[in-house]
Amino acid sequence: MNLFREAFAWLFAPEQQVGADAVLVRLGEHLLYTAIAVVISAVIAIPIGYWIGHTGRGKQVAVACSGAARALPSLGLLTILTLLVGVGDAVLAATVVFVVLGVPAVLAGAYAGVESVDPDVVDAARAMGMTEWQILLRVEAPIGLGLLLGGLRSATLQIVATAVLAAYVGLGGLGIYIIRGIAIRAYEQMLGGALVIVVLALVLDGVFALATWLITRARRTPVRPGDLGGPGPAETAAGTAQDQTSRSPAAATEGSS
Amino acid sequence: MTTHQRSWRRTVPGALVTGAALALVAACGSGDPLADPDASSTDGGSGTDGGSGDGAAIVVGSQAYYSNEIIAEAYAQVLEDAGYTVERQFQIGQRDAYLQAMEGGEVQVLPEYTGNLLQFYTPDTEARSPEDVAAALPDALPDDLAVLDYAEAEDADSYNVTAEFSESNGITSLADLADYDGTITIGGNAELESRPYGPPGLQEFYGVDVEFTAIGDSGGPLTKDAIRDGTITMGDIYTADPDLATGDFVTLEDPENMILAQNVVPLVSADLSEELAEVLDPVSAALTTEALIQMNAASVNDQQDSATIASDWLTEEGLL
Amino acid sequence: MTWVGANIAQVWNLSVLHLWLSVQPIVIGFVIAVPLGLVAWRYRWLRGGLLSVIGLLYTIPSLALFVLLPPVIGISVLADANLVIALSIYAVALMTRFAADAFAAVDPVVRRSAVAIGYSSWRRFWAVDLPLAGPALLAGLRVVAVSTVSLVTVGILVGIDSLGLLFTDGLQRGILAEIATGIVMTVVIALVLDLVIALAGRLLMPWARRPPRRRRWLPWRSSRTSARGATAAEVAE
Repeated sequence: MNLFREAFAWLFAPEQQVGADAVLVRLGEHLLYTAIAVVISAVIAIPIGYWIGHTGRGKQVAVACSGAARALPSLGLLTILTLLVGVGDAVLAATVVFVVLGVPAVLAGAYAGVESVDPDVVDAARAMGMTEWQILLRVEAPIGLGLLLGGLRSATLQIVATAVLAAYVGLGGLGIYIIRGIAIRAYEQMLGGALVIVVLALVLDGVFALATWLITRARRTPVRPGDLGGPGPAETAAGTAQDQTSRSPAAATEGSS
Repeated sequence: MTTHQRSWRRTVPGALVTGAALALVAACGSGDPLADPDASSTDGGSGTDGGSGDGAAIVVGSQAYYSNEIIAEAYAQVLEDAGYTVERQFQIGQRDAYLQAMEGGEVQVLPEYTGNLLQFYTPDTEARSPEDVAAALPDALPDDLAVLDYAEAEDADSYNVTAEFSESNGITSLADLADYDGTITIGGNAELESRPYGPPGLQEFYGVDVEFTAIGDSGGPLTKDAIRDGTITMGDIYTADPDLATGDFVTLEDPENMILAQNVVPLVSADLSEELAEVLDPVSAALTTEALIQMNAASVNDQQDSATIASDWLTEEGLL
Repeated sequence: MTWVGANIAQVWNLSVLHLWLSVQPIVIGFVIAVPLGLVAWRYRWLRGGLLSVIGLLYTIPSLALFVLLPPVIGISVLADANLVIALSIYAVALMTRFAADAFAAVDPVVRRSAVAIGYSSWRRFWAVDLPLAGPALLAGLRVVAVSTVSLVTVGILVGIDSLGLLFTDGLQRGILAEIATGIVMTVVIALVLDLVIALAGRLLMPWARRPPRRRRWLPWRSSRTSARGATAAEVAE
């Protein structure tokens, strides 16, 4: 606990409030990298995810690519890309690394969201004469918003944790306290930096939770497969199992820093 | 349901997955990978779990710096040649990290640089020349650590700007920086920011205020790129870096001797210093700056691994 | 490619070490997380609290954990155990939620049928809950495995050797082939572990093989029988 006291003392010391190394400056850098990467991830992944969810095509490819992307070590990717583009464009390298991290999560959220829409509802929309675009934008996208937000949330949290590495290639961010703290074994600095990152993650998590709550409040919770009661036990069991393996969105969504 | 039920009572998935995973490890690792006797430069695992103290094996460590690893590899090879069992714990990190490991007895031998080592323990030291620094070291070190003879070879921090910057601003020395109007940004490993030869020293010795950018490649290609493209004004590159001979950079002189002499020296556990001196002193006697630069070039340009580079050099010097 | 030829032994040693450092936290994490997930699912009042506390662990940057953990538990920063324990914590943080979701997704009708024909809760767990949650557990384990293999590399920044060494060393020496080799080998190890787990699942749970998916939007298919999407709880918790 003593270490925590030192960390807080360090965090709130006057030196940490001014200059280029001020906590708020580092926090701003960290948030900026995170925001850029999350937005780019969303721009890339949401259309693809919607297309996969709507047509049911390309799911295997997306899952395979997501798996491969998740296997890519962020540190390795960051070092090789920075070496390729030069440290002057390290922001570019770091952004690519964080986007690679974010895309699988957003993608899974997007297609799981569209897939979660009751097929009867889609059929009903089609029967009413909606075009496929209208079905996607007016039916599937709104209903799947909760799951999409889940994917975005997961991507954001991973990127916040991984953005620590930005400091390794001269980009600053909150990771600088940790990287420097490790180099000079300054535990109060490391812990102080880590605490700010954890708080940042919690706040962002809270924002997403709030957003999810707001949009689900207005809407009936989707029915779970088992509650339909139609098929016999064995069949349901297989069905549920299949659902889980192929598309448990939580499993597909989470990754790591 | 019944068939599943019966098979499931015997086959718990977790256990089997675990078994399969472990079988895979066993198949790939042909036994305990930590005990792999095949000693390449970064001989995996490096037995950190045992710590030390049982005297069975000597743990040779190195900084997270390729050139330091080559020297450590040379130490390791002569020790093995002298009949010691050696464990390699390379690429530990920077000074604060590995000195902690050495003081804790986890590592018994590590190549150090005299000046930075001295300044780590006595930041306000007045010693500057190789002799003075080496003379001041024994008293500065904690009781359980000792240094052996130092080598002629030096690998010091140095501040480098592009030749173009040097010419157009007439800057060839750190003392010239005080008259420079623009912002000076220096780049180097994160720890440089608080070192006595980093921004605090530049302020104290030369009255220069600098901004700092942490680039974690120990004066490697990123730092050099950053100097070239102007991301930083000057970068900390170690003097035994073969790229300094290319003429792209001008190493700024240090008239106030802010940076101490940095001779390569084996830092060892005090209780082993006498027996280790017999084996390692000949290595230090043979190690020149030129040899170090050549070995670094073999690593960076020829992409050889540290074990090969070290054994080639040791053989050449008749030490193996 | 000069580098690869000159350093093949090192690459092999680091790969084996990397695999070993990855497998330990994956196994430990799985063994700890499944019971935790079960508890989180069984006792609903615990679920929220338990999962948020465990989720909190996941937000700690791994780099910080590698340095902060050793003084707390009294081991060396450089010890492999440091990395293994830290990554086990992340594995638990990820896997517990997967496990809780997996148990929650077991069809209550099947569960009630088991109770109706007289299964004790112990027997029901082994004969019904675990087999039916198995595929989802394995799906979660695959994610944990892949992310763990990738995270092991970060240990190099505190001096714990793995394939990550090729990143930092390659960066200092400016050797792209060295870094690329590290990345490729890390991905290979991740995919091999993923495959092993997937195959184990195939062998252990033949009932989990998925039927071909139907395209919902084809009007002549009966939509009633098509597989349903996941519930919000599984992603957006």
